[in-house]
Amino acid sequence: MMLSDFPLFPEAASSVAKYVDGLYLALILLTGTVSLLIWAAIFYLAIKYRRRPDNELAQEQEPPAALEMTWIVVPTIIFLAIFVAGAWVYFRIQRVPTNALEVYATGRQWMWKFQHTTGQREINTLHVPVNRPVKITMASEDVIHSLWFPAFRVKNDVLPNRYRTLWFQATKTGRFHIFCAEYCGTLHSGMIGWVEVMEPTEYQKWLAGGSEGSLATQGEQLFQKLACATCHTNDATGRGPVLAGIVGKQVPLADGHSVIADDNYLRESILNPTAKVAAGFQPIMPAFQGQVSEEDLIRLIAFVKTMQPATNVAPPQQPRNP
Amino acid sequence: MTTTTIDDAPFIEPSATAPRNYLNDEYGVLSWLLTRDHKRIAVLYAISVTVFFMVGGIIAFMMRLELLTPEGDLFTSDTYNKLFTLHGIVMIFFFLIPAIPAVLGNFILPIMLGAKDLAFPKINLLSWYIYMIGGSFGIYVIITGGVDTGWTFYTPFSTQYSNTHVFAVTLGAFITGFSSILTGLNFLVTIHRMRAPGLTWFRLPLFVWSMYATSVVIMLATPVLAITLVLLMVERTLHVGIFDPALGGDPVLYQHMFWFYSHPAVYIMILPGMAVISECVAAFTRKKIFGYKFVAFSSLAIAFLGFLVWAHHLFVAGISIYSAMVFSFLSMIVAVPSAIKVFNWTATMYRASVSWQTPMLYVLGFIGLFTIGGVTGLFLAALGIDVHVHDSYFVVAHFHYIMVGGTIMAYLAGIHYWWPKITGRMYPEWWARLSALLVFVGFNLTFFPQFLVGYVGMPRRYHAYAPEFQVLNVLSTAGATILAAGYLLPMIYLFWSLKFGRKAGTNPWGAVGLEWATSSPPPKENFHETPVVTWEAYDYPAFLKAMRETQHG
Repeated sequence: MMLSDFPLFPEAASSVAKYVDGLYLALILLTGTVSLLIWAAIFYLAIKYRRRPDNELAQEQEPPAALEMTWIVVPTIIFLAIFVAGAWVYFRIQRVPTNALEVYATGRQWMWKFQHTTGQREINTLHVPVNRPVKITMASEDVIHSLWFPAFRVKNDVLPNRYRTLWFQATKTGRFHIFCAEYCGTLHSGMIGWVEVMEPTEYQKWLAGGSEGSLATQGEQLFQKLACATCHTNDATGRGPVLAGIVGKQVPLADGHSVIADDNYLRESILNPTAKVAAGFQPIMPAFQGQVSEEDLIRLIAFVKTMQPATNVAPPQQPRNP
Repeated sequence: MTTTTIDDAPFIEPSATAPRNYLNDEYGVLSWLLTRDHKRIAVLYAISVTVFFMVGGIIAFMMRLELLTPEGDLFTSDTYNKLFTLHGIVMIFFFLIPAIPAVLGNFILPIMLGAKDLAFPKINLLSWYIYMIGGSFGIYVIITGGVDTGWTFYTPFSTQYSNTHVFAVTLGAFITGFSSILTGLNFLVTIHRMRAPGLTWFRLPLFVWSMYATSVVIMLATPVLAITLVLLMVERTLHVGIFDPALGGDPVLYQHMFWFYSHPAVYIMILPGMAVISECVAAFTRKKIFGYKFVAFSSLAIAFLGFLVWAHHLFVAGISIYSAMVFSFLSMIVAVPSAIKVFNWTATMYRASVSWQTPMLYVLGFIGLFTIGGVTGLFLAALGIDVHVHDSYFVVAHFHYIMVGGTIMAYLAGIHYWWPKITGRMYPEWWARLSALLVFVGFNLTFFPQFLVGYVGMPRRYHAYAPEFQVLNVLSTAGATILAAGYLLPMIYLFWSLKFGRKAGTNPWGAVGLEWATSSPPPKENFHETPVVTWEAYDYPAFLKAMRETQHG
């Protein structure tokens, strides 16, 4: 049998894979050695002191008591070292580089839908360029799913009530598994796909293939269709807040708190606008929960992110300090 | 125990040819179904949990057969999803949680304490009936079409999307929880109030310490499960938004509440296993457990710390980075008391008189497998690795090393160790050693490949899988066949021994403990006269001296 039929490691195709594998191997070495020592001790003692006519009763001679403190203190130190190493790798997995390419993912029973900012839409396949950080912002249409790229050593649960993100930087071109890792019903094991990692030039060619306009363009059409612009005008005269330039800003709320206008806040404000009403506005916006699909939400948010303040009016409302 | 008047005690010697004991004291089905004798209730539990173990085991074997090939060709996806769900529910709620406390604990704990019974004998019987009612919901669900949520009942799948018998099975788990709570309560009161004269806290067998810790966890954690399951049922039937975001709830809240019970539940399952192992190590090395107080307090430490690590099940489920750091840290700390126990058990064998009888073989297997289960827990507690292996077969392998390699090995050790006491008969040693070997080999072949296939990338709960995972899955299924043979053998030879086994006598192992000071099987009242404890735990010379004095005096 070929060893390739019987892999013990998944392909290591991301920038963090070497750290995860390194820690994994180090732990195998460490815990394997300790386990072997324990087994060796068990077998040695069980054979050396096996019951014979001359030792029907044990000799009540205790091992030195210092042993007890040794095997409390030494494992504690080792365990804490493992904690630190695990946390160090975890930070590398969690910290998203600022220049990451943005991709959106929607999980539903039982498929993965991906949207690119350039407007391409894919199901169960994801095209990404090699050697470039890719950040995936994701939500679920129904139950909890979990997006797992074993070759990249990253996964994250996909929740139905908010955006979560994961990122990776592929280091090898090729085709790698996408699995759903959180049990989600009948075809859970069929909620799989492939990530295609391409050379940048190939990727550019792929991007040039057809799309229905960029995500933001698609979002703008929705913005008009849903009549959002009636209240969210581009000057401070509308009944809703000006949205241009709002992304990433601190938004003071009617209840005196404030939030950062991130993807999750925009999402919540569309689906359930009365949850966190911006200061100075009435809670009059209708809820779009159930009216706007996850994919349309992504389009709308992509559009909001690109909105430019009108040049001939005063900048949007300054945050008022509570 | 203050007053003990046993009418017929003066007329019965432990060595009498046909002594009355708890088995032949009364006859008839009702004498069993209405018994208040903790020993008979333990036997009722033993029969019930064995039935559930066989149900759960058959289901597991069906899953292993499906996983022989990458394609989902033996069962439909829905059937497979029901199989792993029922396997988990049956094994955890109806076998692992009650097995050691309700069978071995029920039988042995009062005798170890020198008591006639548990503090509340009627509540003890009630707890068995509650367990059976809860269990019959489980059986009803299996017969009428199953449930497909996974044993964890994650929302919103369980509340809004599953079309199976979620309500009935969660009601069954909810009801069974009360059976655990009553057993825990009974144990706590009994340990506090009914110790024999001279049996001080630090003379208690370590079994009792570990059962005490288990009971505390049961009493504090199980109500949280009850609350969680009620909220789940309310959301599913009345559509009150608690966990489902479409109704304004939060699905991650469910996971916090569920694991706040279910992580301590891991300790509800493993602490009793440690209880059995401590007894067997002492008995089959004929030696005091090294570092008695460290082993005793490590049980309490596990019980306490076990409540502080639940969110390590949520590292990729939507908790913050800093929250993940705290729970990773605490998960490392909870490993320390378990490590202490392993080292102390091993050190006890130093200059001991180590017997290689079957219970000790299971003990050696337990220490070896629990060590692997424990160290792989460190992999999962290390955040950077958990992100990759979470919800993969690595996790499946890890908790089977703890639950099967740990708890079931310990249960089998305990069943063999106390079998002569429970039945008055010896099991056939050769067959028993063979079964211990089969269990050990079969277990490792079944579950070790699952660590590897998990790291390679096979997610858990997959009906069909990628072809490169097949070799390891075939190994696993082959192992399951051996493991099944290892589990079937004891069922046959133990049953055989009931009639044909050699008569055991009072203390066939030459072990220390009050249960070895009374006849086998014990009389209905456990002791003909209230024992007085004059020896420290596992003090062989003192115990043997006390026994000689009793016989001659």
